[in-house]
Amino acid sequence: MSCKPLLRHYATAPGPHALVFLEHRGGVIDSGSLSALTAAQQLGGQVSGLVVGAAEEVQAAVQSAKKLSGLSSLLHASSPQYAAPITEIISPLLERVLSNDSPFTHVVSAHSSFAKSLLPRVAAKLDAPAVSDITSVEHDASSNSTTFTRPIYAGNAIATVRAPQSIPIKFFTVRSTAFSAAVPQDGAQVEDKALDPVDVADPPTQHVKTDLTKSDRPELGVASRVVSGGRALKNAETFKSTMEPLADVLGAAIGASRAAVDAGYCDNSLQVGQTGKVVAPELYMAVGISGAIQHLAGMKDSKLIVAINKDPEAPIFQVADVGLVADLYEAVPQLVEKLKAQ
Amino acid sequence: MRPSAVRLLNILVPVKRTVDYAVKIRVNPDQKGIDLNVKHSMNPFDEIAVEEAVRLRERLKDEVKSIKVVTIGPPKSAETLRTALAMGADAGIHVEVPESAPAPEPLGVAKALRAIIEREKEKGGIDLVIMGKQAIDDDAGQTGQILAGLMDWAQATFASKIVVDVAKKEANVTREVDGGLEEVRCRLPLVVTTDLRLNEPRYASLPNIMKAKKKPIEKLTPSDLNVDLTPRLETLKVTEPPKRVGGGKVESVDELIAKLKEAGITPVKA
Repeated sequence: MSCKPLLRHYATAPGPHALVFLEHRGGVIDSGSLSALTAAQQLGGQVSGLVVGAAEEVQAAVQSAKKLSGLSSLLHASSPQYAAPITEIISPLLERVLSNDSPFTHVVSAHSSFAKSLLPRVAAKLDAPAVSDITSVEHDASSNSTTFTRPIYAGNAIATVRAPQSIPIKFFTVRSTAFSAAVPQDGAQVEDKALDPVDVADPPTQHVKTDLTKSDRPELGVASRVVSGGRALKNAETFKSTMEPLADVLGAAIGASRAAVDAGYCDNSLQVGQTGKVVAPELYMAVGISGAIQHLAGMKDSKLIVAINKDPEAPIFQVADVGLVADLYEAVPQLVEKLKAQ
Repeated sequence: MRPSAVRLLNILVPVKRTVDYAVKIRVNPDQKGIDLNVKHSMNPFDEIAVEEAVRLRERLKDEVKSIKVVTIGPPKSAETLRTALAMGADAGIHVEVPESAPAPEPLGVAKALRAIIEREKEKGGIDLVIMGKQAIDDDAGQTGQILAGLMDWAQATFASKIVVDVAKKEANVTREVDGGLEEVRCRLPLVVTTDLRLNEPRYASLPNIMKAKKKPIEKLTPSDLNVDLTPRLETLKVTEPPKRVGGGKVESVDELIAKLKEAGITPVKA
């Protein structure tokens, strides 16, 4: 394998060596992966990045990844087969990178939809368990064990788990909101190394198409402000006409409760909660959301929670820093007007 | 003239008994786990999986040969199997573990499922596994992917639409991914994991609940399957999350804006 000389350089270095799967969209590294990189650094050893995709995109992603602080080397593989990420096609590449005398002790990724599909499959091939959605990580080099915390039961309990020495490669996905994003460093230029792609002849899964929801607003998962609407918004039109002016005046991303998504008021990808996006913005404004356990799981680490609801008994008020008991159809337009006038 | 199906479809649906989704859980003072003396029910994503299997049969009729449900858990998990049978599955398999045993990890569960699929080979094999995308207790979301990896099968995670073509031995699956939807075409055998929006599970009717009591449940132990369900990760402790204290209410929009200002949140200039 052509990457061996580069890797052997590090093989003698003591301590952990993490492989971070860096995801990108159109050659721009995802912010979730930048948080995963920060988590990987906390292991206290070498950190290698891996970028996979179509040739042009990988080139762009490699250029920006090389400048990231905390990376000690960067691996990349490009193939037309990697253009749309398909687990069954990318998994064999990771299996090869991690096989036999690989130096890697940890495999790290964001808890994104693609990495969630990929990492457990790769871990299975190596007969290793994986740890999902971790919020902290600590490695003990002397015992070669890694201890994680992760939310369970929709964030209503925090489990502390240890991956002991008996697990040779420790796989984990990282909750992005729990770690700051790694930043580019002036003058940093890590070594990069191209890997040969693994050609998967006759893959069992083929990409047909992707429909992404287009929006000019900040991305929900990383926005510093989020305004979120619930069932009380009645229908798609009122959801739009109520939430959009509010989002605009605050420069916020729009989120939604499961009830609002299921009722078709807005797109699925806006769902905040246990099974949707987990957000932790500076400001989370919940409009017409009662605050079910599953919703709270996705937003209760927000810095300032504001709730507008006409039911004073709504559970959302138990976590809100600022609560306003009011009819949202009066309060929200008034709020928008007064904010605009400032 | 009726075209004869090239092959009939056998579906396996793994289900898990979990604490009911509406229960506000309590962490035990000894920090070893949570209070499990509460209402349990079928993991909501697994209900969606059972429903989808039943709907596939309603759509494809005779092309679906069997729907088997399987659970791995303590004796009480048998209730969860009965629920799935009442929703329309044909038969159940219960891999029984002692009440006191630690909860198996996704890797152990997937290995047990692999062993069950191997056993089913002589009865026609399994072509499609439909299972929840995650259990709402451990929130791991791994078992389906691990099983597909162990079997070297295709996988389609977070499915919101499944269209199976039995003759072609293919399925088109629409998946919920970050930022939107993705459609993939998978060759059978296939592992699908269900997202919330795949369907709306039915309630089992009383006659169906009665009928389900007569449906067969095969009982097995992990040793029958030759699998070890001992967790490989050590759970050191389980704690309460940091408590958030509500900051109280304000009377008017003006007061709300004042609070926002106090926190440094000002409107953006258009």
